[in-house]
Amino acid sequence: MDLPGHFNHYVFVLLMMLGLYAVIASRNLVKKLVGLTIFQTSVFILYISVAKVQGGAPPIAQPGVFVYSNPLPHVLILTAIVVSVSTTALGLTLAMRIKHAFGTIEEGALDAMDAEDEVR
Amino acid sequence: MTLFADIALLAFLIAAAIAILRKRDLFTIAMLSGVYGLLSAAVFVALDAPDVAMTEAAVGAGTSTVLMLATLHFVGREAMPPRKRPLLALIVTVAVGSALVYGVSDLPLFGDPKAPAHGDVARHYLERTGEEIGIPNVVTAVLASYRGFDTLGETAVILTAGIGVLALLGMLPRRQRREVGAEPAPHRDHTILRVVAKMLLPLLLMFACYVQAHGELSPGGGFQAGVVFATAFLLYALVFGTRRARAIVPEAWLERGMAGGLLVYGSVGVVTLLRGGAFLDYDVLAADPTVGQHVGIIAIELGVGATVASVLIAVFFAFADVDPA
Repeated sequence: MDLPGHFNHYVFVLLMMLGLYAVIASRNLVKKLVGLTIFQTSVFILYISVAKVQGGAPPIAQPGVFVYSNPLPHVLILTAIVVSVSTTALGLTLAMRIKHAFGTIEEGALDAMDAEDEVR
Repeated sequence: MTLFADIALLAFLIAAAIAILRKRDLFTIAMLSGVYGLLSAAVFVALDAPDVAMTEAAVGAGTSTVLMLATLHFVGREAMPPRKRPLLALIVTVAVGSALVYGVSDLPLFGDPKAPAHGDVARHYLERTGEEIGIPNVVTAVLASYRGFDTLGETAVILTAGIGVLALLGMLPRRQRREVGAEPAPHRDHTILRVVAKMLLPLLLMFACYVQAHGELSPGGGFQAGVVFATAFLLYALVFGTRRARAIVPEAWLERGMAGGLLVYGSVGVVTLLRGGAFLDYDVLAADPTVGQHVGIIAIELGVGATVASVLIAVFFAFADVDPA
């Protein structure tokens, strides 16, 4: 285990675990979405960490610089961030619709209503 | 120094994530997620990704926090306590985590220049962009030209998500428009807030235009400019009220901007087809291939900027319009 060499990667794993745990364990739909955001950002950090080259410069050509970080992951994550805010907005919208239709966004209460429906 | 900044910022990120997990007040959680977004933007700067950082700062700390707060207005801010025995959640999380830790041991070390990720394609982009595309910002070159088709798809996803939000929120009870007009501006008493916002706004909008126009030479481009513009506009709407904001950008414009941006992007592809090239092959747009690349990139970046900014502003208006009563 090379801790300094893999530090960013271990942080990614930890953040991803925190996000995943928040998605599964919390029962409030908005909090689940925040957990999903943490999960998502951890993946962004992994990609950008992979792109980093020791002693490199940001990938914008300038005279006298010969080592640049890898531009490809930057492009992938740049668009992913903007897509993530639009999908989060869609998730929040669904939460609002659920609140309007059922009066709650707590998973437990929603499950109970589902069970009641089935009995009927 | 970079290493120190990296380690400190990542430690802060973990602290913020743990705090989010432990809190039950959704307002606190929303604000902490804004902090989390800003911190991750700082991490991206430390890791040589200014383009990504700019986007994350505007989106993570700005737009998504505002949207979350607007949601809380409707759904209430108190979350129920989490599951009593989160055994399954713990097992799944630890299992996935251990699998990843096992996988990490095979990854190349952080910053290793010989890592496979920096192989063929990435080297081609870095070495040939100057010659083939003729612009210094390699991120923009890859985004707009080499992988232009991919970016067209991403823009379509953003438009689709925006349409979904507008369609779903249209079914909720709306505030009466006249009522919105009658209510006083939200922060009439906060003189400092209003004065500072008024001074900042032209600078922010000018910065957005600069980012849009200068994306080939410095960090920037359509996505970054779109989110910066939308965030600046959200600031205006938050301080001076959505009614005045709406007077500046009418809804019909936003709807046209959302679809029009993607239309411009797709049309550039059709034009390249008609001129005998491949779809989105900008070389054929002018006699000199490099000039053609410039023209194509500027056109599609404008399209991306229009779609991103309009979708985010339209989504914000839709959120602000829902009647919480």
